Amino acid sequence: MERTDLIVCRDLSLGYEGQSVLSHLNLHIRAGDYLCIVGDNGSGKSTLLRGLLGLLPPLSGTIQRAAELERGAVGYLPQQTRAQRDFPATVEEVVLSGFLNRKGLGFFYSAAQRSQALMNLGKLGALELKNQSYRDLSGGQQQRVLLARALCAASRLLILDEPVTGLDPAAAQDLYKTLAYLNKKEGMALVMVTHDLRPALREAGAVLHIGHGGTFLGSPAEYLASPYGRRFKEAAE
Amino acid sequence: MSLWEMFSFPFIQRALVAGALVSLCAALLGVPLVLKRYSMIGDGLSHVSFGALAVAVALGFTPLYFSIPVVVAAAFLLLRVADSPRWNSDAAIAVVSASSLALGVLVISKTSGMTTDVDNYMFGSVLAMSRADVALSVVLCAAVLALFSLFYHRIFAVTFDESFSRATGLRAERYNALLALLTALTIVLGMRMMGAMLISSLVIFPALAAMRLFRSFRGVTLCAAVTSVACFCAGLAVSFAWSTPVGATVVAANLAMFLLACAIAAMRRK
Repeated sequence: MERTDLIVCRDLSLGYEGQSVLSHLNLHIRAGDYLCIVGDNGSGKSTLLRGLLGLLPPLSGTIQRAAELERGAVGYLPQQTRAQRDFPATVEEVVLSGFLNRKGLGFFYSAAQRSQALMNLGKLGALELKNQSYRDLSGGQQQRVLLARALCAASRLLILDEPVTGLDPAAAQDLYKTLAYLNKKEGMALVMVTHDLRPALREAGAVLHIGHGGTFLGSPAEYLASPYGRRFKEAAE
Repeated sequence: MSLWEMFSFPFIQRALVAGALVSLCAALLGVPLVLKRYSMIGDGLSHVSFGALAVAVALGFTPLYFSIPVVVAAAFLLLRVADSPRWNSDAAIAVVSASSLALGVLVISKTSGMTTDVDNYMFGSVLAMSRADVALSVVLCAAVLALFSLFYHRIFAVTFDESFSRATGLRAERYNALLALLTALTIVLGMRMMGAMLISSLVIFPALAAMRLFRSFRGVTLCAAVTSVACFCAGLAVSFAWSTPVGATVVAANLAMFLLACAIAAMRRK
């Protein structure tokens, strides 16, 4: 494992109850990478994310994580649940909960954590939302708040599960801009599962296609030239 | 008879102390349960506790010693069912509820017959609280308050977003189990005064009313705790003054509070 490696998967197979969903995958995620994971429904994208997050032990092969990513210090943006959309909590409460993995048993968050939470909200252009209730926000604003929470949990790697699902095109565009900013200016490594191929291919540094026909890993240009990507070529142009 | 004289009766004192404490616990636990869409678990558990109580009486066991382990076991079962994608969870909970109720009724009909005791199990009695029950309520309430404040931020995180909490290294299933355990204990303790059919409202109503009024999780939690205790005290006083059954009166007070909260929320929106 090299110094810039955050996660290294070698000959990785993942699955449930002995049934493998995804097999023999080799993958390096390095600091500053922007990797998009695409593929058909049921091809194992979410399973791979669960594996990368350490929630699913490998059936075979290995997942190595950089020391700083141990103890759950990964920023994760899960898909929203229905119960969450009308949850009574202030934006500040939600964002602060990102620090939970670095908090002892004390009742209060530290002043430093509070100010960093506000800083992360500011970075995402959502500082003015801090006293609002999460349930009163639009879908795009909610995603920003969850992203700010993910930033509190980790500073080097974000894992996003279909972040633009349910957003209108303008809000989705905004979110992609924010992600590109975090990736380029803050050096944040991004791993994103998405159905929305066009922006993904424009911004991403690498594409991982998982499908029943096999896996493909390469740059967006290589992906579009490959048999897997050819059918998306028109869509991307 | 004045309100003051009412408190000179030892059974009212016991009911007040135990009931207020159980209401407080139920409201605190109710906030995460309702938000996680687990309200039906509370209802299912109250039916299980009725069945357990009937069996305990028939077999001659001390009711609490028998029903506590049974209901705790049922709580873990229902939690697993609710989280399992393979089960249709609300149907499964309904099946467990109806079966426990049926079992309880069958056992009762073959032993003591349908007496006022059965009516008391179903709809509660202000006389049900013994000294031992009050002591147990105090211990339970202290435990719920201590655990709730110790794990407050973790309970919030797990309630709001289980996937994120797991990804950041929190053992979400432990907190779910803790919630289920405490809910089971609260329901067993509260059901004899409130009644098996009515106890789950103590879990659900205060959280629902508080969610109409407050925008923060902390606000909702505190408001639910306060309204729950207030509604219990009001319900007890009314039930004493007009000789109405205590369980139903407390539920009516909670309903009135909920409707009031809805009205306030509607007026604010205008």
